[in-house]
Amino acid sequence: MDTILEVKNLHVTFSTYGGTIKAVRGVDFHLNKGETLAIVGESGCGKSVTSNAIMRLIPDPPGKITNGTIVFKDKDLTALPEKTMRSIRGVDISMIFQDPMTALNPTLTIGTQLMEGVRQHHRITSDQAKSKALEMMHLVGIPNPTERLKQYPHQFSGGMRQRIVIAMALICEPELLIADEPTTALDVTIQAQILELFDEIQEATGVSIILITHDLGVVAKIADRIAVMYAGKIIEVGTKREIFYDPQHPYTKGLLKSVPRLDVTGEKLVPIDGTPPDLFSPPKGCPFTARCPFAMEVCDKVYPVTTEQSDTHKVDCWLQDERAKQLLAASAIKQ
Amino acid sequence: MLRYILKRLMIMLVTLWIIVTLTFILMVSIPGSPFNSERGTNEAVQANLEAHYNLDEPYIIQYLLYLKSIVTFDFGPSIKQPSQTVNDMLGRGFPISFELGIMTIIVAVISGVTLGVFAALKHNNVIDYLAMGFAVLGISIPNFVLATLLIQQLAVNLEIFPVARWLSPAHMILPITALATGPMAIIARLTRSTMLEVLTQDYIKMARAKGLSPWKIIIKHALKNALLPVVTIMGTLLASILTGTFVIEKIFAVPGMGKYFVESINQRDYPVIMGTTVFYSSFLIIMLFLVDIAYGILDPRIKIHKKGGE
Ligand SMILES: Nc1ncnc2c1ncn2[C@@H]1O[C@H](COP(=O)(O)OP(=O)(O)OP(=O)(O)O)[C@@H](O)[C@H]1O
Ligand code: SF4
Ligand SMILES: [Mg+2]
Repeated sequence: MDTILEVKNLHVTFSTYGGTIKAVRGVDFHLNKGETLAIVGESGCGKSVTSNAIMRLIPDPPGKITNGTIVFKDKDLTALPEKTMRSIRGVDISMIFQDPMTALNPTLTIGTQLMEGVRQHHRITSDQAKSKALEMMHLVGIPNPTERLKQYPHQFSGGMRQRIVIAMALICEPELLIADEPTTALDVTIQAQILELFDEIQEATGVSIILITHDLGVVAKIADRIAVMYAGKIIEVGTKREIFYDPQHPYTKGLLKSVPRLDVTGEKLVPIDGTPPDLFSPPKGCPFTARCPFAMEVCDKVYPVTTEQSDTHKVDCWLQDERAKQLLAASAIKQ
Repeated sequence: MLRYILKRLMIMLVTLWIIVTLTFILMVSIPGSPFNSERGTNEAVQANLEAHYNLDEPYIIQYLLYLKSIVTFDFGPSIKQPSQTVNDMLGRGFPISFELGIMTIIVAVISGVTLGVFAALKHNNVIDYLAMGFAVLGISIPNFVLATLLIQQLAVNLEIFPVARWLSPAHMILPITALATGPMAIIARLTRSTMLEVLTQDYIKMARAKGLSPWKIIIKHALKNALLPVVTIMGTLLASILTGTFVIEKIFAVPGMGKYFVESINQRDYPVIMGTTVFYSSFLIIMLFLVDIAYGILDPRIKIHKKGGE
C-alpha cells in the first residue's frame, strides 16, 4: 500500500507566560492512500495540535514545530515556505473543523465561500466555479443547490452546515482530508448521516482521511486504523480490529472498557481515574505511570521502547518487554 | 422592506415633532427677545416688530405657525437679517458644513479602521502600543483644544497651514483634523478589539485552511465582520461630529450652518433657530436611518427586508 503521509518524531511546543507547553512530544505515524486513520485520546492530549501541524496552521507565536518531519507525497511540509504551503492547503490537504456553526463566515453566501477555494487555486471562470460548487453540493447531499448557493450560513441547520463545510473541504479534490471532531457538535442522528457521507465520499473519491475524535462509536464505524494518543505521544497504534479486540496498552484498555459494542455510536470515553501529566514538565518516563495499575519502577524513569505486536500493531509500554513478561509469568506461577 | 421603511418614517416624523416642540419650549422660555439690546429699544417700535413677526400672539398660535413653517419648509426671513430668508442661509451654509462633515467622516473611518486593523495584526507589538496610545490621546483631547493647538503650532508657529477660513484644500486640513481625531480614535480602538476577536474565529481558520492569502483573509473574511460593530456606533459618531462642527466652524471661522445656528441662538433669531434645528435634526435622523439600513445590508442575519425589523 502506498503511504501518502508520514509523520516522524513531531514535536510542537507553545511558549506561554507560564512556561513552555510541550503539546506534542515525538509523534510518529503514517497514513496509507485511501484509508481512514482515527486519532483518539483524552482532551488536551495533542490531537488538534498534531492535525494543525500537518496543515502548518499552528499559531506562531505562541506555537512552533520544534522538531520532526511531516512527509506528504515526498515533500517535507515542515521545510516548505509559507507560500508553497498555501498552494497545498485546500488543494492537496483539506481540513474540517468541529463546529459547523462557527466554521462558516456569517456575512458571506455559501456560494462565495464554496467557490473562493477553487478560484484561489485554479484559473477558472466564475461559471465553471459555480458548476463545480453545484456538483459538490450535490455530492454532499444538499437539496436545491442552485437556490441554496445564494443563501447565508444562518439559513442552514447544523447538519447542513457541516455538509457544506465538507463540500468546501473537498472542492479542490484533495488527497488528504483531516477532520477534527467533525461530528461532535451534531446530534446523534445527524452524526450518523455525516459519517455515512464520509464513507460515500471516500468510496467516490479515494481520499485518505485522518479523523480526530473522542467518540469510539465513530471510530468503530469508519476507521481502518486507530492511533491512541496520550500526553503528546502516540502510545498505541493498530488496525481497528487490533485495537478493539487486542488492546495492549493499559490506557487503551481503560478507554475501551466502556465501549464493547461496535454497533452503537455516540458513546463517549469513560474517564480513567486520575489526570494526564502536566505538559509544562512532562515526565521522562511513561506519562501514564501515575494512573497505571501496572506501573513498575522502570516506567517512571525511562520511556518505554516501542514494541511491534504485528506489522501494523505497535505499543509503547514496558509490559511488552521480555523481562516484564517473565516477571509477570513468574508471579502468576507463584500464585 | 416597504413596511419597515414606512414604520421607520413614522417614527422619524414623531421624533422630529418632539424635537421641534422641545426647541419651541426652550426658545420661548429663554429670556430676551430678538429686539432686546443693551441700548434698549423703543417700546412702541418693539411692539410693532413683535406684531409683525407674530410674537404677540399666544404661544399656541406661535407654535402652530412654526409647525406650519416646518411642513411647508418655509421659515420666512431672518429677524436679524431681514434681507435673507432662513432657506437662503441654509442653502449657503449647508454645503460647507456638509463638506466639512463628510470629509471628517471619511478621514475618521479610513484612518481609524486602518489604524485598528494594523494594531490588531501587530497585536502586542510596538505598532499596536503606539497606535493605541495615540488613540487614547485622540479620545481624551477635546476637539476645541486640539483645534487651538493645531492653529498655534501648525498655522501660527510653523505657518504650514492657513489659520482659518474655508477657501482651499489647505484651509480644510486643520479643521478636519481637529474634528476627525476623536471619532478616528474611537473607531480605531473598536476596530482593533473586534478584529482581534474575529481573527480567532473558526471561519478565519477555515479560510486559512483553504489556502487563501493573508490579505484576502483579512479583507474578505475578517474586516467585514470586524466592521459590523463599527457601523453600529456610526450613528453616535455622526451626532458627535455634527455638534462638533458648530465649535470647529466657530474656531476656524468656517461659514457653515454652525455659524448661523450659534448666532441665531445668541440673537434669539427665532426663525433661524427653528430652521437650523429642524434641518440638523432631520439630517441626523435620516443619517441614522441610513446607518441602520447599511447594517442590515452588511449583516445578512438581520432581515429588515423580510419581516419589519424583528
Ligand atoms: N494556541 C495555544 N496556546 C497555548 N497552548 C495551546 C494552544 N493550542 C493548544 N495548546 C495546548 O496544547 C495541548 C494540546 O491541545 P489540543 O488542542 O491538541 O488537544 P486535543 O487533543 O485536540 O483536545 P480536545 O479533545 O479537547 O480537542 C493542550 O494542553 C493545550 O493547552
Ligand atoms: S509503561 Fe508502565 S506505566 Fe506506562 S503504561 Fe506501561 S506499565 Fe503502565
Ligand atoms: Mg481538539
